Amino acid sequence: MLTQFLTDIWLVYRSVFEFALIGSALGLSIYITLRTGLLSLASAGFMSIGAYVGALLTIHLHTPLLVSVLAGALAAGVIGLLLGLPVLRLSGVYLAIATIGFGEVVRVFMLNIDNLAGRTITGGALGLNNIPRKTETWHLVLFVGLLIYLFVRIDRSRTGRAFDAIRQDHHVAASMGINVVQYRNLAFVLSALIAGAAGVFSAHLTYFVSPNEYGFNGAVRILTFAILGGYLIWLGPIVGAFILTFLPELLRFLGPYRPIVNGVVLILAIIYLPRGLVDPTFWRKVWRQRGKPPSPPPLETSSEAAP
Amino acid sequence: MTPDAPLLQLSSVTKHYGGLAALNQVSFEIARGDIMGLIGPNGAGKTTLLNVISGLAQETSGTVLFNGGDITSLPAHRIASLGIARTYQNIRLFNEMTVEQNLLLGRHTRTRSGMASSLLLLPRQRREERQLRDDTAALLQRMDMLARRDAIAGELAYGDQRRIEIIRALAADPLLLLLDEPSAGMNESETEQLGRFILDVRNQGVTILIIEHDMNLISQVCDQVVVLNFGEVISQGTPQQVQSDPLVIEAYLGQEED
Amino acid sequence: MFWQQLVNALWLGSVYALFALGYTLVFGVLDILNLAHGAVFMWGAFFGLLAVTKLNMPIWAALLVAMLGAGILGIVLDRVAFRPLRKRNAPQLAAIISSIGASTILVSLAQGAFGAQVSRFPFDTLPAQVFTAGPVRVTLVQVIVFAVSLVLMAALLLFMRRSRSGKAMRAVAYSGRISSLLGIDVDRIIVTTFFVSSALAGASGVFLGLAFSAISPFMGAPIELKGLAVIILGGLGNVPGAILAGFLLAATEVFGVAYVSSDFRDAIAFTVLILVLLIRPSGILGTAVERRA
Repeated sequence: MLTQFLTDIWLVYRSVFEFALIGSALGLSIYITLRTGLLSLASAGFMSIGAYVGALLTIHLHTPLLVSVLAGALAAGVIGLLLGLPVLRLSGVYLAIATIGFGEVVRVFMLNIDNLAGRTITGGALGLNNIPRKTETWHLVLFVGLLIYLFVRIDRSRTGRAFDAIRQDHHVAASMGINVVQYRNLAFVLSALIAGAAGVFSAHLTYFVSPNEYGFNGAVRILTFAILGGYLIWLGPIVGAFILTFLPELLRFLGPYRPIVNGVVLILAIIYLPRGLVDPTFWRKVWRQRGKPPSPPPLETSSEAAP
Repeated sequence: MTPDAPLLQLSSVTKHYGGLAALNQVSFEIARGDIMGLIGPNGAGKTTLLNVISGLAQETSGTVLFNGGDITSLPAHRIASLGIARTYQNIRLFNEMTVEQNLLLGRHTRTRSGMASSLLLLPRQRREERQLRDDTAALLQRMDMLARRDAIAGELAYGDQRRIEIIRALAADPLLLLLDEPSAGMNESETEQLGRFILDVRNQGVTILIIEHDMNLISQVCDQVVVLNFGEVISQGTPQQVQSDPLVIEAYLGQEED
Repeated sequence: MFWQQLVNALWLGSVYALFALGYTLVFGVLDILNLAHGAVFMWGAFFGLLAVTKLNMPIWAALLVAMLGAGILGIVLDRVAFRPLRKRNAPQLAAIISSIGASTILVSLAQGAFGAQVSRFPFDTLPAQVFTAGPVRVTLVQVIVFAVSLVLMAALLLFMRRSRSGKAMRAVAYSGRISSLLGIDVDRIIVTTFFVSSALAGASGVFLGLAFSAISPFMGAPIELKGLAVIILGGLGNVPGAILAGFLLAATEVFGVAYVSSDFRDAIAFTVLILVLLIRPSGILGTAVERRA
């Protein structure tokens, strides 16, 4: 009976779980830039590039999913490099603006390329909707697992330390020999690669890509994952993605006001939870307390426990 | 290049902010193994000069030679990798990190294995990380600060933060160490201790340029002193020489004690 | 054809410039990139619309209502989204993120309150008069939009140069810390800046709503993004630059659509944006871009 219950739950929530995994990957893609002190809103655009490239390969060349994923990620990564190289030399505001502009360029490009080329490529506003469903749940679990491995290993290397140093004080980081522009480029390209791959998985999960899926609102949604969950450690954006993917299911009563949740969460988190829900410093302190004798419980508790 | 050539050589270094000259035709050199003091009233351009040398600010004109090479227009990270490390007037530790993490970063230029070798779990990377941790522990041990290794830098006592910042700079094995008012906020006995510490560092072969207001400390440690006023060098010599230079006395009388 | 396009570029440019003026002003004074500026613009249009349809106000009074409403909304925005961050000395990125949140909230509220459909001003809000000079046609709406925008921009420039508050604003832009040492009430200046900036956004919302006869909760997004191109082209924080860039962008768009292709109309702004970032990030009137984090 328990198995039956669990199977039912799985059937109901499987697709939400899959979207949460894709969301986790996207959250990680923005996390890596935030961790170097950059605000990039390009993840949605990179996702779109990955999704179209991967889907077109699958449809026209019948490539296996893995090939489509690699190609989509690579396409996004190369474009990320081209976008990042000039802009990352400037201060952070410029990257934020450039990435917003970039997202729009991608959207408009996908929307209109057919007219320009005179034949159907991206399907314009209708998008592509004959993508075979190839993404399985375990693909996504494996994908996010690999990303976690990536970030755990980065954390334990000089690269991860350099990322943190740059976020905290990029002047000091530079005068310690850290090439700030190069590390930021690395983070930005990683971000593009991850978002591109996530886009391909997403396209083969929903059978569908359209330009407007990945507009500015998409970028904001992804940003919210990392801001709520926290961007100081890889677990943060994953927690954020899961909460925010499951939450709207519970907030149907808000009706047309539902998109307000993202906005409220963003403001509240950035003001009251600037380090996000998953704050390593906080947990490290808790961890340190572990060996020490517990402080005596407050009087109320002990008197309650007595009888 | 001969071994007795100066380690650092500034020629006519000038820095303008808008129309204001923060540094004007500053020239002097530091011999290898020397401790050079940099003094002058507030606003004389001392920190600006350190920023120019370390690459955080770009000079308007002039040249900086270091260890026989021209570093005038190099970016900060390149200058650091050539062997210049520094501290800051207002301590700039990575406050959220532990002391050890700060030191590991200080050693950034001495390590090679980055993300790729970490991903591939290369033994080289593991060896290097272990070596790195051993080195920083040894450095802390030598400086008598090993007990602080796992403390969060921002939570240390003020004096400890100053010391850790200097140790972080030393972690890079620099040829030249730039200290910006290391005794600020220290009492007399702490300052004296700091002086011994600085002499110790020099005895390990590090050349030092130190900005300081405490004349006792300057007399205690410096071989040579350069005096800046309004961005110009007004005097240079041994601590005794500059202290009796009428130009220097006048410059200091012109301003209130801070 | 050329003259007709020039006329179109002029009135459209005046609205772009008016919108971008407030955008760049907040950046110049406070170093905040306020991505909720487009949402305030949209609310301005709705305030104007409600004043005309529900309160039967004449359009000039509705314009004042819209400016006042948007201005107050701007002050509220500062209180809720920016001030807590300023108090904590939070990094610049935090303010951008907060403004994105505020924008999402304002758009969702409008969507809930007014629905997603497109509303318009009643047909008799302004006489549907058309002036013709040879092949060139100009509507009365376009003339009024152009003229009033110019007046508002001139008023802002005068305010910045002549009035005490305007001068104080420029001082705060230079350095908030020094200004407070000089006895300037920095908090009051910040409130003034947000009020003025948002009121201008409100006015441009009414103008664009009138000219295109389309008001919807989503009308802020496109101009928000075009505004970014304008303020980058003019140089971040540069007020005269934003005015010039507003007209330039409108001209590029209008002539680009007329002579090249209409498919990429919306991409023109971003192509301009990215080109400026690549070639001259300080903008047309800028001097140097500081490397700040």
